[in-house]
Amino acid sequence: MKNFKKLVGAAMAASMVFAMAGCGSNNGGGGDTFKIGGTGPLTGGAAAYGQAVRNAAQLAVDEINENGGVNGYMLELNYQDDEHDAEKAVNAYNTIKDWGVQIVLGSVTSAPCIAVADKTKDDNIFQLTPSGTAVECTQYDNAFRVCFSDPAQGTASAQYIGEHNLASKVAIIYDSSDVYSTGIYENFVKEAEKYSFEIVSAEAFTQDSNSDFSVQLQKSKDSGADMVFLPIYYKEASLILTQANGMGFAPKFFGVDGMDGILSGVDNFDASLAEGVMFLTPFAATSSDANIVNFVKAYEEKFGETPNQFAADAYDGVYLIKALIEKSGVKPSDDVATICNGLKGAIVDYSFDGLTGSGITWSADGEPNKAPSVVIIQGGVYIEM
Amino acid sequence: MSFLQYLISGLSLGSVYALIALGYTMVYGIAKMLNFAHGDVIMIGAFTTYTICSALGLPPAAGVLAAVVLCTLLGVCIEKVAYKPLRKAASPLAVLITAIGVSYLLQNVALLIFGTNTKAFTSVVSVNAVRLADGQLTITGETIVTIVSCIVIMAGLMIFIRKTKAGQAMLAVSEDKGAAQLMGINVNGTIALTFAIGSALAAVAGVLLCSAYPSLNPYTGSMPGIKAFVAAVFGGIGSIPGAFIGGILLGIIEIFAKAYISSQMADAIVFAILIVILLIKPTGILGRNIQEKV
Repeated sequence: MKNFKKLVGAAMAASMVFAMAGCGSNNGGGGDTFKIGGTGPLTGGAAAYGQAVRNAAQLAVDEINENGGVNGYMLELNYQDDEHDAEKAVNAYNTIKDWGVQIVLGSVTSAPCIAVADKTKDDNIFQLTPSGTAVECTQYDNAFRVCFSDPAQGTASAQYIGEHNLASKVAIIYDSSDVYSTGIYENFVKEAEKYSFEIVSAEAFTQDSNSDFSVQLQKSKDSGADMVFLPIYYKEASLILTQANGMGFAPKFFGVDGMDGILSGVDNFDASLAEGVMFLTPFAATSSDANIVNFVKAYEEKFGETPNQFAADAYDGVYLIKALIEKSGVKPSDDVATICNGLKGAIVDYSFDGLTGSGITWSADGEPNKAPSVVIIQGGVYIEM
Repeated sequence: MSFLQYLISGLSLGSVYALIALGYTMVYGIAKMLNFAHGDVIMIGAFTTYTICSALGLPPAAGVLAAVVLCTLLGVCIEKVAYKPLRKAASPLAVLITAIGVSYLLQNVALLIFGTNTKAFTSVVSVNAVRLADGQLTITGETIVTIVSCIVIMAGLMIFIRKTKAGQAMLAVSEDKGAAQLMGINVNGTIALTFAIGSALAAVAGVLLCSAYPSLNPYTGSMPGIKAFVAAVFGGIGSIPGAFIGGILLGIIEIFAKAYISSQMADAIVFAILIVILLIKPTGILGRNIQEKV
């Protein structure tokens, strides 16, 4: 027993030495390599999102390195699994911090992103989340995002409907038990006041009563709506489309990014019911834009699947970081605070052209300003409008 | 006009609740236990039909039949394995907790087999929708079939219990298990039969529930199960016509609350009405007031 204790003691002492050695390499940076790290769900229920981000980020990093890097410096990417769990995200962040991360590209999903943002703020590391939509993801001044925030989607939807005169009377069906849906709904209503279309009905449902939409649809129909706005996920949307069809109600349907998945997310769903559905998304893989075509081709060749909006957000994220490094002139040998201040200063008023929009600018609060893009489902595929 | 359409929607929703409530009340009435796994047996029934019809491409009748057979077997098995050993337990809570356990077990097994992806259920009903008043009113085929099945099943159950020997045995068991046994009634067999019938009803309810609201995942049965339980209590638990009336009323109240008061508060309103009714009539609408004899 005594020997065993000694052994444990020795092992602990040894591990402490190694841990300290790890600390030593923390500050130095890579010399001629920028270390970009991030966390995302590489396994578990949201794995499709995390893998898309990691793959697309790796694709962008490889492209940049092949073309001579950034100001002559190489990029290196280290992506760690957070299983879409806030606690595991902090552990994953500590792993990349030990590795010597200088710029954080993450996290992928909102809850882990909020947890990691607390850490990067303390460590004063520049953070750019490709796809964390919750408001709190960018609440500190070192954090920015590529995607629209939840409330911004409501604003952007109203703008798009108003500016393109898509409807004159809009009904809304939203999930009052979900912060994502409610947030979009509230901002949609606020923004809609500025446009000529009228909101004629707004009906809620909750997670406890999300199968029968007969009343909500009947009210929308009775109010004479020619468009129904659905700031909800595709699961409930599929039921709404089915039930509207059953009662002979055929308005235009307009959704947000939660609608992405309507064609494949519900097994056995009759996709013809989704014909003509429009929704807000930053990226359509079917676009004819030359940059998108090249990206989709390269991604499909390397990973064997069509990239989704998460992949596009991450790809843009890496190129944005490249542009910011060039603009600010920071070097890998600078400490993280200098890099953070440099990139922070560079991003404000910078105009970025990427896959998810052109002429994107950022305000100091971390939010991107970009024109919303909308796809419509035609013939079972997303067509850019 | 929209009032009539809401009434039809209420009947449609209510008939589904009624169908589920029939199974609940049947098991409670005879075995005197709340089978909280009933909602999940419904889900298993729906998945069986989905697998047979959508995945294997067999006709709807085969799917419904397979669901009824599988759920009947499942019901008997659950009773044998999980409930029967606890029938003599000191506290009736033991079997209630077990029922909740069985409910989670069924959900997780379904998760394991079918995954989390929601499935769009193809309706097994081939009756056409009836359109009235120039198409302003629509009664779906599913609503018609559900209401008709409800009435047929209700009548069938009442005749079965009143007129057959097995039915009489059920009544005797529900009155007093000990005395029934002394009279030569096979109590275990009778309770197993009750579960078999209750679970077969669950299969039918599952198929019709998912035909009317075509979204199927491992949690599909739990909320309708709870609502149907409420409907059964509302109508007077243990009473077969009570379950029917309770279910229909609950559906109509829910739809009207959504339509005329608030779509957000509908559930709260439904339960508030339930509390008021139970305060006025604690045994439910058709519940019998049995005096305990000393």
